[in-house]
Amino acid sequence: MAGNTEPLSPRAKLAVTAGKAAAAVSRAAGRGSGSVIGGKVALRLDPDLLARLAQHLDVVLVSATNGKTTTTRLIAEALRAAGPVVSNALGANMPAGITSALAGGSDAKFGVIEVDEKYLAGVARDVTPKCIALLNLSRDQLDRAAETRMLAEKWREGLSGSKAVIVANADDPLVVWAASSSQQVVWVAAGQAWKDDAWSCPSCGGVMQRPGDDWFCGQCGFRRPTPTWALTGDHVLDPHGSAWPIHLQLPGRANKANATSSAAVAAVFGVPPQVALERMYQVQAVAGRYDVVSFLGRNLRLLLAKNPAGWLETFSLIDPPPTPVVLSVNARGADGTDTSWLWDVDYTQLAGHPIFVIGDRKLDMAVRLEVAGLDFRVCETLDEAVQSAPPGRIEIIANYTAFQDVRRRVGN
Amino acid sequence: MSDNSLRLVWVYPDLLSTYGDQGNALVVERRARQRGLDVTRIDVRSDQPVPTSGDIYLIGGGEDRPQRLAAERLHRDGGLSRAVGNGAIVFSVCAGYQILGHEFVNDQGQRQAGLGLLDVVSTRGEGERCVGDVLADIDPRLGLPQLTGFENHQGVTHLGPSASAFAKVRMGRGNGTGDGTEGAFNGTVFGTYMHGPVLARNPLIGDLLLKLALDVNALPPADDRWYEALRAERIAAATQQPA
Repeated sequence: MAGNTEPLSPRAKLAVTAGKAAAAVSRAAGRGSGSVIGGKVALRLDPDLLARLAQHLDVVLVSATNGKTTTTRLIAEALRAAGPVVSNALGANMPAGITSALAGGSDAKFGVIEVDEKYLAGVARDVTPKCIALLNLSRDQLDRAAETRMLAEKWREGLSGSKAVIVANADDPLVVWAASSSQQVVWVAAGQAWKDDAWSCPSCGGVMQRPGDDWFCGQCGFRRPTPTWALTGDHVLDPHGSAWPIHLQLPGRANKANATSSAAVAAVFGVPPQVALERMYQVQAVAGRYDVVSFLGRNLRLLLAKNPAGWLETFSLIDPPPTPVVLSVNARGADGTDTSWLWDVDYTQLAGHPIFVIGDRKLDMAVRLEVAGLDFRVCETLDEAVQSAPPGRIEIIANYTAFQDVRRRVGN
Repeated sequence: MSDNSLRLVWVYPDLLSTYGDQGNALVVERRARQRGLDVTRIDVRSDQPVPTSGDIYLIGGGEDRPQRLAAERLHRDGGLSRAVGNGAIVFSVCAGYQILGHEFVNDQGQRQAGLGLLDVVSTRGEGERCVGDVLADIDPRLGLPQLTGFENHQGVTHLGPSASAFAKVRMGRGNGTGDGTEGAFNGTVFGTYMHGPVLARNPLIGDLLLKLALDVNALPPADDRWYEALRAERIAAATQQPA
């Protein structure tokens, strides 16, 4: 079991202190939460620090293209039923940010850690997790990220010798491919609305057949494993066949799926699903996502969607027409500088909504919507869009840096 | 055009539709309908036969492994080559462009035969991946304004004697051969490295495909306001980015 029996070495202690000092300087300089710079300084002083910080903890890693920050929060809430938790709750999910977050939790029993997809194999080696949750994999930032199937391949190689229990989404063929070389897998039927990155079999390249919710390769026999946990409507079905109601403040099908995976993770640590799910209700907004804010006398709901799979899930949770929708897309470094992915999103699903377009790349969005045959209005600023919108709560859907811009403007 | 409907074929979306290139099909379809044309869009998955009676075939970019699978299956199927023999129009992007040539280097590092519909040979570049906005001048014989697009590839494509360069780059890398060429064409078969998607950034290329399909010299005007605004912005961005 985890416990703080072995104190940190003097070198590790110094590294943690230096990291905290750097974070304080970074915060004072207005450069964000400081968690990344602090971790970078600390890791430079002691490269094994991450491993050392984690050895006192029961660690859960969470990785995916979408939903990892939210799921990390849900799991953290659930595990607090069994003991104190340290977590990189702000979404700083590369080794430096993870190190920084763990350095702040010397009394914790559990470490619940979100990990960037590219770093999962390495972090899993460093921190010897008890459990790894794999939610989904899909196209994201193709101008700089690894190809999606290559990512699945890296996960597969990195996790094959791991002793961790892998909690994996049985409905995503790429995730199944990544997890199926592991010794202990708990399969969760969490669903995956986006299917366009898994039409060819990750194993043999054959064309995938997808009747209903099932999937299999017509050539090699690679197929959907039988899940032991499942999301069915508004309930989590556990391995004993009991259905537990999901009550979340977070909207949408995707978050019910995240709650289902989180319940399966909690069970690995002995927290029963009813207790886990009850605690998850407390999670409200996650780093501003899903937050409803008041701005210029209007209510705005802030929704983050970074890639085609994310936009698809977001469209399914917004209020129906005539609810006004503001779309904001940037293409800065953190977003990926290529906007071609907009054309993989089916914007015709917004038909009937008054649509307002802002963001650095509003003209790419304008052409996209014009070709989709939608009416829209291009605005220079968030203020103009909000002031132009007809009555009702406004749904704001934005990609990564555009979302940060919106949060800054509304003072969230 | 066969009957009264323009047949637009989107080749292998399951393998070659990774970089938003299906936008090219959406743009051609939209611009045809705006001109009052009836359009039948046919999406052909890689376990289905490629119809030979299409008017315009569009092929997109994809990752290395799907590219190998697509080339194998297009070879085995033979439909696309027969369609070109019948005079069909083909517009291909990136991985799809390489497949139309004589040869490319696949995900296993091996030289693999393409369809030989364009007189080009592709290899893998040694240097950095070409990523960024591109600005180029399209072959003046095509009567088109400047080409704007986004490139994201490691390929180097050499043109043979019967292929013409589609464009000459001002900013960006294009074919990666260092001679400033971008893309290739021969008759009604076109290839380019440009994403964006390229027809959303250059709607008049889409119109050229329609004119070739209809065998007409002009189309009724379309409302190009948003396309023009986007073009102006991207051309300025390409000019300002560090070379």
